[in-house]
Amino acid sequence: MLIRKPGEFRYSDVTPREVYLRRREFIRSASGLAVGAAGALAVPPWLAGLSAQRGQKLPGVKPSPLSTRDEKVNSYDDITTYNNFYEFGTDKDDPAKNAPGRLKTNPWKLTVEGEVTKKLELGYEDLFTIAPLEERIYRMRCVEAWSIVVPWVGVPLSALLKKVEPTSKAKYVAFESLYERGRMLRSEEAGIDFPYVEGLRLDEAMHPLTILAVGLYGEKLPEQNGAPVRLVVPWKYGFKGIKSIVRIRLVEREPPATWNIANSREYGFYSNVNPEVDHPRWSQASERRLGEFFRRKTQMFNGYADQVASLYTGMDLRKLY
Amino acid sequence: MVAGLKTLVFISALVPATRLVVLALTGGDLTANPIEYITRDTGWYALFFLTLTLTVTPIRRLTGWHPVIRFRRMLGLFAFFYGTLHLLVWIVLDRFFDAEAMGEDILKRPFITVGMTTFLLLLPLAITSTSGWIRRLGGRRWARLHQLAYLAAVTAVLHFWWLVKSDVREPYRWGWAVAVLLGARMWWSWQAGRSSRS
Repeated sequence: MLIRKPGEFRYSDVTPREVYLRRREFIRSASGLAVGAAGALAVPPWLAGLSAQRGQKLPGVKPSPLSTRDEKVNSYDDITTYNNFYEFGTDKDDPAKNAPGRLKTNPWKLTVEGEVTKKLELGYEDLFTIAPLEERIYRMRCVEAWSIVVPWVGVPLSALLKKVEPTSKAKYVAFESLYERGRMLRSEEAGIDFPYVEGLRLDEAMHPLTILAVGLYGEKLPEQNGAPVRLVVPWKYGFKGIKSIVRIRLVEREPPATWNIANSREYGFYSNVNPEVDHPRWSQASERRLGEFFRRKTQMFNGYADQVASLYTGMDLRKLY
Repeated sequence: MVAGLKTLVFISALVPATRLVVLALTGGDLTANPIEYITRDTGWYALFFLTLTLTVTPIRRLTGWHPVIRFRRMLGLFAFFYGTLHLLVWIVLDRFFDAEAMGEDILKRPFITVGMTTFLLLLPLAITSTSGWIRRLGGRRWARLHQLAYLAAVTAVLHFWWLVKSDVREPYRWGWAVAVLLGARMWWSWQAGRSSRS
């Protein structure tokens, strides 16, 4: 098993945060608000592929010691124009084109229910006050053998789950995405069932690396990345990170998961990143990091083995893929 | 007129490849994953030209415009051209000559197996596309050999079909197109067989 030691902190070398954030202010003041407003009126956001969340800075975001330190962070453009969000189209550039115009994130309702003592309903504003916001830089490894590094903003999922006080019957956590017929693809078009559902074992959900993300690059999450709130589980394939969540249920039995329903041979419930267990149709041994020419070797648990391997002690990861 | 049209088709057929080269050289938008984008684009055009090649004979039959046959070789060669680019992009850019990984892919991944099969089916057709080879093989044998294009169209669609994760709408459409084009030929040859017997 590969144990990685956090290396030198290079994030600021590559994408100087202060410069990055000031760049926006600079552009704004230089071009003038009037010009910006005129431009915004002239080009509808869905046409320009621009998210209304762009530039909406999240206040009080603290860096987290759980961030991955030895990686170059991908650009905002990479992260927000190359997405899998099948509700808005199955090509990588579809979500950036379609989601901003079709996904209404405010108002929002997120219900946390099931095997809990205190059922909870969160409105849009509540999503940003579950716990102090942290920046979490994580690798994301897609099941399609590409990867990306994202500076998420979010809170540990455990912070929310503790609030609802799971009962002793709660063994798993089930998640459900928003689905709106007419604004999104039909299941027959996408080839997967909607609404999108996902699940985690309770201990996976409570793990400190598991977060609910509400932003990236210090700003509110763009629609194409799963606004206003999504799951991020960095040691699992990206599709486990369900987007635009409206319901979280604590349950006793293993809940259904969309890709597992679509093809259980190809997508398991666990879907931990594992270079030794191939997708039946392609190898998972290597991956292309967006922005790099050579493929990289894929790491066990996406490089988070030292933090999460103990969750799976004694499990045959070839069978429970 | 046909000669002028052929020039026009030739230039048009080079536009997609030229576009990719220009985008690559000027730092244009090849998406966040340029290698994947170029792979898909060249693959798409290979299938496009292969299918187009198969429309030539039905068009001639339905319209009676016989000069259309003079476009067939060029269209077929463009299918091979884009198919070769597609394969080279995989070998050079995607796998960077990693022979072991590619060999494993070809043997273990059915969608890559049929993709490689498609290329190997098209290769002898491209080689024997010259007038000299038609003469050497004799018209009948040459025509028989070039029926491999039918099989190549089928394996090309399978290659596409087995590669997509869940949204099969596009390979499905290509599948229909190829099925109609091959079905028409089967129908016609059945008709011809019936009329010659009676």
